[in-house]
Amino acid sequence: MSRFEYAPAPESRAIVDIKSSYGLFVNGQFVEATDGKPFKTVSPASEEVLAEVSEAGPADVDKAVRAARKAFDKVWGPMSGKDRAKYLFRIARLIQERARELAVLESLDNGKPIRESRDVDIPLVAAHFFYYAGWADKLDYAGVGDDPQPWGVAGQVIPWNFPMLMLAWKIAPALAAGNTVVLKPAETTPLTALAFAEICQQADLPPGVVNIVTGAGRTGQALVEHPDVDKVAFTGSTAVGRAIAKSVAGTHKAVTLELGGKAANIVFEDAPIDQTIEGIVNGIFFNQGHVCCAGSRLLVQESVYDEVLARLKRRMGTLRVGDPLDKNTDIGAINSAAQLAKIRELSQIGEDEGAERWSPECELPANGYWFPPTVFTGVSQAHRIAREEIFGPVLSVLTFRTPAEAVEKANNTPFGLSAGIWTEKGSRILWMANQLRAGVVWANTFNRFDPTSPFGGYKESGYGREGGRHGLEAYLAH
Amino acid sequence: MTTLDSGVDSLADVTSSEDRLRRFLLGLPGVDQVGAEARAATLSTRSIKTTAKQYALDLAIQMIDLTTLEGQDTPGKVRALCAKAKRPDPADPTAPQVAAVCVYPDLVATAKRELQGTGINVASVATAFPSGRSSLAIKIQDTKDAVASGADEVDMVIDRGAFLSGRYAMVFDEIAAIREAAGDAHLKVILETGELVTYDNVRRASWLAMLAGADFIKTSTGKVSPAATLPVTLVMLEAVRDYHEATGLHIGVKPAGGIRTAKDAIKYLVTVNETAGPDWLDPELFRFGASSLLNDLLMQRTKLATGHYPGPDYFTLD
Repeated sequence: MSRFEYAPAPESRAIVDIKSSYGLFVNGQFVEATDGKPFKTVSPASEEVLAEVSEAGPADVDKAVRAARKAFDKVWGPMSGKDRAKYLFRIARLIQERARELAVLESLDNGKPIRESRDVDIPLVAAHFFYYAGWADKLDYAGVGDDPQPWGVAGQVIPWNFPMLMLAWKIAPALAAGNTVVLKPAETTPLTALAFAEICQQADLPPGVVNIVTGAGRTGQALVEHPDVDKVAFTGSTAVGRAIAKSVAGTHKAVTLELGGKAANIVFEDAPIDQTIEGIVNGIFFNQGHVCCAGSRLLVQESVYDEVLARLKRRMGTLRVGDPLDKNTDIGAINSAAQLAKIRELSQIGEDEGAERWSPECELPANGYWFPPTVFTGVSQAHRIAREEIFGPVLSVLTFRTPAEAVEKANNTPFGLSAGIWTEKGSRILWMANQLRAGVVWANTFNRFDPTSPFGGYKESGYGREGGRHGLEAYLAH
Repeated sequence: MTTLDSGVDSLADVTSSEDRLRRFLLGLPGVDQVGAEARAATLSTRSIKTTAKQYALDLAIQMIDLTTLEGQDTPGKVRALCAKAKRPDPADPTAPQVAAVCVYPDLVATAKRELQGTGINVASVATAFPSGRSSLAIKIQDTKDAVASGADEVDMVIDRGAFLSGRYAMVFDEIAAIREAAGDAHLKVILETGELVTYDNVRRASWLAMLAGADFIKTSTGKVSPAATLPVTLVMLEAVRDYHEATGLHIGVKPAGGIRTAKDAIKYLVTVNETAGPDWLDPELFRFGASSLLNDLLMQRTKLATGHYPGPDYFTLD
């Protein structure tokens, strides 16, 4: 009997209409950049050029900030919360209506599998706008005192791993609280942010409330250093976060930073084993491991180490790596050549330091940026692959003997964004959660997100919270 | 936790006393409900098209235990069902036959006559189906009657009352006794997962049945709601996979009841493929207990071949 080979099931690209070039979205309109060179955005799965995008220079950023300031002073700031909510609800509905288009566009530009952009990213984007729309007229009840006020103009810089979702995390609470925004998407993934600009037009959002400036580090720097920005929100690497914190130090600006992570995913001997394996896989291979809260350090109780590893490897053998637009793909493309080089370099270091590297047999496409799901065993706390964020589909496995040792190892990192606990023992979950210095602790699950739940880090993973009531607080002066 | 390398000897040991059996079953790893259901939901998103769909539809037809288990069953109804089993689609001779016809014991002889020489098995429910509330002597006699009438396969029910009150040895002994009474007939053990309710119970009952000699573990009688569900079947597939790791033996799985569409059947096949593995994509190791499912599979099959859906009147009722 022949094998059950899944035939290609590609999601159609016909639904997206990508323009050959894009301007900046300033004051409600797409405009030409005045002092930057255009750059190309490619599909990481094929290296095909998708579009040419404008680079915003300091003068362009200044225009965007001025537009945001004017909109804040004249329209959005004075507007009642009830009316702001109407716009946010409208945006949320438009995102739902255009969900398939946005999912395809996200997968094309980012390389993530359509299953994730369709079932996780875009539904969460809409959910965030719906959630914060509900807050817009209830700010008095946000727990930050009577009559809380917005900061003014928010300068927001987001990463390439969840382009549209990070946009939602930033823009939805900012607008609900009454701020106006200038947002810079990552240079490798600008397309969904530009599609969002169209959605703002479609929703008749007043000009200047949302401005999108594309570009790389220089653009981001011009934005966060602009003197008329009142609030800076950044998600990205710890190195850039540190530079931003320095640049805003001593100014009037409020800051939230959501930075790197090296999360411990902790498996006890009484864990529900089959769901644990799924959780390990989801923890590190979801979104190719391009997740700041990825469970990249697997801590396994030594008594079940062999069994967990055997089952994990068997499961990894069924992961389907390939075309992001194929509906059966589990792992897509690495977002950029630069990121691929970094993953390769750190993996090589792992081997050189004596850890054992394993990947299932899997054929990688010839073009584009690809890295197979990889697990390193024999890793100890001293290895660089146990300490540094790889931001790719690479799992480092360590062992522990007792709950106290698990806590000690889990906390022994400069980061503290998230952690996972796998055990059937409820009391141990609560004890562990109290001991772990991580912003998010998942029990018997991993990488679950919800707009009502705050998210953020300890230590070098940043400060401030996004999501939930706490996320709203970050956009209110109090 | 059971280990992947625990051999046959250690498993023989766990059934050596009631206490050991109990400790073994209670020591099986837990099943997290949210996680198991999420995994089944993810597997349901697989998109099976063109050649893969063709393969899946034909395989699903060959895995059907075409079933009628009603008080109103008559020899005439069973003969009609057998005709359908032999030639599911009169308009298309390339449509494969089903695996078996499943009836009550008193109609086994009728089915057997109709299916002589076709390779299609006759399966009979037994052991005071569907409730199982009778003495062991009667259950054994019920099984012997079915086998004497020519049943190739026996679908027994477990004593859910005994299982839920923790009398695992009693359930074990009963399955073992029916195993013996069934002789060479293939034994499918119905767990009635709709009455066991928790996935932990499903996993324990699966192991209990396999240890006691089941050739197949089956979800449901079809008389209790919910009948088969994808997460329950997932947990059972994990159990047969782990049992195979431990013993080298292949035990089959049969979801029964509530699977009515080709789309659903394909989700089950995807789950088989990615959980127990390709070995189980075989009517010897995976069956669907169903009746109306067959026509939907045939309709999808025709659609794939001709490009359009014929109406339901173009497919025979039975």
